[in-house]
Amino acid sequence: MSECVVEFNGVNKAYRFFELRDVNLRLEAGQIMGLVGPNGAGKSTTIRILMALVQQDGGTVRVLGHSMPDDQAAAKRGVGFVSEDMGLYGGETLAWHMHFIARVYPSWDPDYARLLQRRFNLRPEQPIKGLSHGERVKAALLLVLARRPRLLVLDEPTTGLDPVARHEILNELMEVLSDERRAVLFSSHHTQDVEQISDQITFMDRGRIIDSSDKETFLERWRRIQLDVPTGIVLPMLPGVIDVQTDGRLAVATTNAYAPGLDAAYVRAGAVVREVQRMTLEEIFVANVMSSRKEVA
Amino acid sequence: MYLQIMEQIRHRIAIGDWQPGQEIPSIRALAVAVKVSVITVKRAYLELEREGVIVTRQGRGSFVSDTVDLGKSLRNQMLDEHLAAAADIGRELGFTPEELEVRLRALTTREQDEQ
Repeated sequence: MSECVVEFNGVNKAYRFFELRDVNLRLEAGQIMGLVGPNGAGKSTTIRILMALVQQDGGTVRVLGHSMPDDQAAAKRGVGFVSEDMGLYGGETLAWHMHFIARVYPSWDPDYARLLQRRFNLRPEQPIKGLSHGERVKAALLLVLARRPRLLVLDEPTTGLDPVARHEILNELMEVLSDERRAVLFSSHHTQDVEQISDQITFMDRGRIIDSSDKETFLERWRRIQLDVPTGIVLPMLPGVIDVQTDGRLAVATTNAYAPGLDAAYVRAGAVVREVQRMTLEEIFVANVMSSRKEVA
Repeated sequence: MYLQIMEQIRHRIAIGDWQPGQEIPSIRALAVAVKVSVITVKRAYLELEREGVIVTRQGRGSFVSDTVDLGKSLRNQMLDEHLAAAADIGRELGFTPEELEVRLRALTTREQDEQ
């Protein structure tokens, strides 16, 4: 069993208009986890609890083996965090920031910092306030990556970036994983980013985790089955089928527990299976959110 | 997604980039190189092992299987996928197998003429 880098057990947090309920998470060393959810799902609250920026009402959180928020000073030495308000000083240059971080963190790697600066096309002598949004994100990422933290936590790192900048950032995140002791947790509503590089995927909606598993299992479990339903035939309710849309003689069944036996069951009921399609993570995400909202309603 | 990685690996073997018996990158190294999650590459390696295309020796890494005509049978397999698709389309359009053969021969010679 691999070492656990992040562990949430039954974590709760209530605000006046929002509640995070019973969040359980495990991220092992050597893996990337993508936290996916619509706006307001609770991704940022989860990350803020992880970083001890907010204290949970109940449940336990462990980061790199340290209990949060009590042991946060010890945990944070090994964590690199980039969020939307990145905490850079607008009036100072990237070089100034690099010098500053290098003095605070003994793990700072100046060669890697220079390499990243070239790869990201950043000018160290330029004040932060003159940078574009993409450059600012890359600068913030450079400052945490060059510390080589065991755990990288990124809140929406690719939001608002152009495709080239997104690509550059995802590449660097993969690079981190060549060291199997390190791990990355990032939130996003770009399912494409998550689909490409994540090992573990956690879907959140309305303050709850609605599904969490390794990516290949996710993609394997979900299927869309296109059916011809002859007149007079009624499709049976089958286990694992979460939605059936019919349009005349055509029907589309969506399942989150696909097994070849499912086709056979429809055939036995008198339907013709035209095609069994795999779904993209984006389609799975939307279907998952809609079906969990249906259950709650 | 792992299917695409399997396809890429088969392709590398089929064109001879990876020779029978040759050691191939570790799961993590390939994942970092092609910028795809570790779990996807792991799944692709497992499936290819099951198919006998690669072998993993505990603690020593993964290797292309020693089976001699692997490259050839993989090349056949890749070509067959395309030909099967063409055959299906031909049937739908009402071509007989003989007519398809003639079309294929005509297209093959035309490509050669152009080169």
